[in-house]
Amino acid sequence: MNLRQRILGFYHTRKDATAWTLLAPGVLWLVVFFLAPILIMLGYSVMPRGLFTPVKAGFTLEHYQRFFDPLYLQILWRTFAWSLGATVICLLMGYPLAYLIARSWKWRNLLMFLVVLPFWTSFLVRTFAMIFLMRDTGLINATLISLGLITEPIPLLYTPFAVMVGLVYGFLPFMVLPIYASLEKLDLSLLEAAEVLGARPWARFVRVTFPLSLPGVVAGALLVFIPALGSFLTSDLLGGAKQVMIGNLIQNQFSAARNWPFGSAASFIVMALVLVAVVWYLRIRDTAPGGAEAK
Amino acid sequence: MAPPASSAAEPIVQFTRVSKHFGDFRAVNDISFDIRKGEFFSLLGPSGCGKTTTLRLLAGFEQPDTDGGTVKIAGEVVNTRRPYERQIGMVFQNYAIFPHLSVERNVAFGLEQHKVPAAEIPGRVTQALEMVRLDPGQYAKRMPNQLSGGQRQRVALARALVLRPAILLLDEPLGAIDLKLRKEMQLELKALNKNLGLTFVYVTHDQEEALTMSDRIAVMDHGIIAQLGSPAEIYENPRTAYVARFIGESNFLGGTATRQGGAWQVASPNGAFIIPDAPGLAEGATVQIAVRPEWMDIFPVDHCPSGENAVPGTVREVIYLGETMHVIVTLGDGTDCTVAVRNEGQLIKPLPWKKGDRAAVSWLPEDCQVLEQA
Repeated sequence: MNLRQRILGFYHTRKDATAWTLLAPGVLWLVVFFLAPILIMLGYSVMPRGLFTPVKAGFTLEHYQRFFDPLYLQILWRTFAWSLGATVICLLMGYPLAYLIARSWKWRNLLMFLVVLPFWTSFLVRTFAMIFLMRDTGLINATLISLGLITEPIPLLYTPFAVMVGLVYGFLPFMVLPIYASLEKLDLSLLEAAEVLGARPWARFVRVTFPLSLPGVVAGALLVFIPALGSFLTSDLLGGAKQVMIGNLIQNQFSAARNWPFGSAASFIVMALVLVAVVWYLRIRDTAPGGAEAK
Repeated sequence: MAPPASSAAEPIVQFTRVSKHFGDFRAVNDISFDIRKGEFFSLLGPSGCGKTTTLRLLAGFEQPDTDGGTVKIAGEVVNTRRPYERQIGMVFQNYAIFPHLSVERNVAFGLEQHKVPAAEIPGRVTQALEMVRLDPGQYAKRMPNQLSGGQRQRVALARALVLRPAILLLDEPLGAIDLKLRKEMQLELKALNKNLGLTFVYVTHDQEEALTMSDRIAVMDHGIIAQLGSPAEIYENPRTAYVARFIGESNFLGGTATRQGGAWQVASPNGAFIIPDAPGLAEGATVQIAVRPEWMDIFPVDHCPSGENAVPGTVREVIYLGETMHVIVTLGDGTDCTVAVRNEGQLIKPLPWKKGDRAAVSWLPEDCQVLEQA
């Protein structure tokens, strides 16, 4: 038997070997670039700071304790509130958008293309573009002044408002895409059935369309909430020094502050929050109408 | 206000010169017909003939062209009325069961929309499920994906019937279930129609199904009604070649008519035959007739019973179908003619015909249908 036949013979007798061979590159990648760094960070987060090295040998929970300082809790709370706010605004804006796109048979592909179009430029560039829009001499203020509606520029940049605008702008497509996907595959005869059973348009939406699009809504909410929770670029560029989010804090610990153990501990606390959100999603998905199979 | 209680003879549905265009495509072309209260009415035709559009016009999912045509339900013009403003129930082709609601919630949906008192709902749901012979104890709490196709079908039916609609529309509801269950459901639907006194409007492309269940059938063709009548009228007196071809099998013969006493003689390339008098026949006119295979017989040439038409040909094929035997005879002009002969047991008493035999097909003059020229 030549080598080729032996290899083929091996895969023929060991069916699971094929699956493992296909999985191997991905598994290897995740182990090296995800699992290992996470474990290193977990280690750092419970080790004392070294004088000349990031950490020194020993075990301590001081970094976690330190996080429960009102200053940091306030940042965490702000991050949570803004992320939730961005998620809600994205939902309120994204659902009607996804709905209309799913209902515009002729144009839906073009419209979805437009929704995804911003991804063609980097997030950094797009965030800088927001600065040009919102600064005192920016497009918005300049237009309002030239129209004579205001005399002094309205402070937009470096406010919570600017951060929220940036978050919503950045993450809106992540809300639209999954909702669109669930609305697009909605069986139209279900809507007709509801109508013939006496449901007026609003009742039809509340009782049929929305429940069946719920998996898309929940997926979209997570796809906005989780990255918003970890974002630092938006608040850094649009919020200035006053509007710090948890992402900025962590970034700062790993760079300027050079306090890796505390940065690691803060990261794990954020991860715990994300985990709670994902568990919540999985529960909704499995029990939600129109979600995975009912038990 | 609605007119006073209508008599049984008054039509519950009236289409008057209704058309429906989709862009340039004319799905329904100036059709007029009535549906009587309590009857089982079928719209029959191949896909694209306009039967589903007609049903959707009745349901209110489509609105007729604004050229003066009217759709009336119980005497009222409903052209622009939304489906939820009509007294109708509908069973969809794919059943359209709400996947996120249990069986009982599906059936209760319409009751809730119509603001039926909450205390009344469970009783009516149970009643409806029993009506379609789904055991409420066993199935009420199930989700749709835990049901077989036949059970979903019954849920769809219960969901429509629970509202006690005046008219029940059914859009090819039996298309997706297996033959044995389909036969059973056909009889059940027919029984429901008679027991409840509801008007059923049934869309199908299956001629056998339409013949089995209907009181009257409208055979549709390219947006028009080719023929409307009882199953026997449609089958035994098809007016056009289209209807004769679509419903059952037919043999077609044609030629030039000349009057001969009270009847007409037709000179065809396959020989002359006699047809009864029919409206529209004229000296020298070209006529086409249809004869059902089971109304034909086959004999050795020149041995046909007197008084019957006989046309000679050559046996091309003998087909065993179980109940019947089909002998296909190629006539003089090359057309095939199918004769259905009762199977009296091929092992005991085989048919005396084989491929290549010369034979004559025969039929009684009154057993042919003179077709209208399309």
